Amino acid sequence: MAASEMSARFRPGDRVRVRKAYPLGHIRTPFYIRGHSGVVERLCGSFGNPEELAQMRSGEPKQPLYRVRFLQKDVWPGYRGDARDVLEVEIFQHWLE
Amino acid sequence: MKEEGSYQPYSYFQLMEVSLRELLVDKGIVTEAQVEATVEDMRSRSPERGAKVVARAWVDGSFKQKLLENGTRACEELGLDVPALRLVVVENTASVHNMIVCTLCSCYPRMLLGIPPDWYKSRNYRSRAVREPRAVLAEFGLQLGEETAIRVHDSTADMRYLVLPMRPAGTEGWAEERLASIVTRDCMIGVAVPRK
Amino acid sequence: MGGLPAGKVEATEHDYAQWERRVDALMVLLSGVRGGTRLMTVDELRKNIETLPPDAYERMSYYERWVTSITQTMIQRGVITTEELGRKMEEIEKRGGK
Repeated sequence: MAASEMSARFRPGDRVRVRKAYPLGHIRTPFYIRGHSGVVERLCGSFGNPEELAQMRSGEPKQPLYRVRFLQKDVWPGYRGDARDVLEVEIFQHWLE
Repeated sequence: MKEEGSYQPYSYFQLMEVSLRELLVDKGIVTEAQVEATVEDMRSRSPERGAKVVARAWVDGSFKQKLLENGTRACEELGLDVPALRLVVVENTASVHNMIVCTLCSCYPRMLLGIPPDWYKSRNYRSRAVREPRAVLAEFGLQLGEETAIRVHDSTADMRYLVLPMRPAGTEGWAEERLASIVTRDCMIGVAVPRK
Repeated sequence: MGGLPAGKVEATEHDYAQWERRVDALMVLLSGVRGGTRLMTVDELRKNIETLPPDAYERMSYYERWVTSITQTMIQRGVITTEELGRKMEEIEKRGGK
């Protein structure tokens, strides 16, 4: 693994929670998903941190990016679709715990 | 009496575009030829290219497997140039229907399909597709069966998504070109299904 | 923006104007998608759109937001200056419309 990459903490199937934080700056973790719990569907790879890239910095070390699957009924109060409906969102490792 | 001519003043933003471009050309950062070539290049990227990929996956099971494992590589195998695209292909089945959105901006597999439609970038689509996908699909005229769950993908980071729709019944023996002709852009975003 | 209350999705499309396609092309070139020097990132494009005033979505079209953001980024990066931009805009306006 390159020195400029973080190591992957999570694996497919792991249950993870999205941190409930609201800092300033450019962030690719949508508001609606913060604080919610889901399951890692896959590790997409490691990519430059968009929060840093947005500020004209290098975005290194690259951060592991995961697709996380959430049940819609867990995310939206009063969700009116099917109980099996899911929402999959790409989330960087530093936003997951 | 005012003379009518073809003079049209620039809007503020059109003025900004011309000015920015001329400054970048003056500084040797881009050339007019490069800009024109890039415009034409983007024009050449269209949903027909995605339809080709779908049709191939429908007729060739091993290509379909490769497509689901690594979308980018599979497109390149078909001779499709897709620079900087990290494509994830998600497959519709009788029990799952996939739908793509980018709530944060308008991420879309542009290098494969070209520039996305206005509605995909609209506030309304981006707000509601994640929260009430079935209602949004109904507005597009798509009603899913009771046995079908919905899987919405929010392209929040580096991956881009393409829906591999189900091949409709009654298309057995169709040539690839004919199959591709029923795969619309909206099918590959997930707000429509192919109809024969 | 996800999950906020919003209206019916109007399945509108428009044939993009040439200036809009040129804005799109500039972004492709400046972000180094097709090789060449990368002078900005898509992250900066997004950040500068996010920091537009709140009514930007109502007042500005998609590519108006893009051209504003790209220009802002070029100024932030020192590729162009506000002075240069102002002078050029005055010059082009004097030159006349399209």
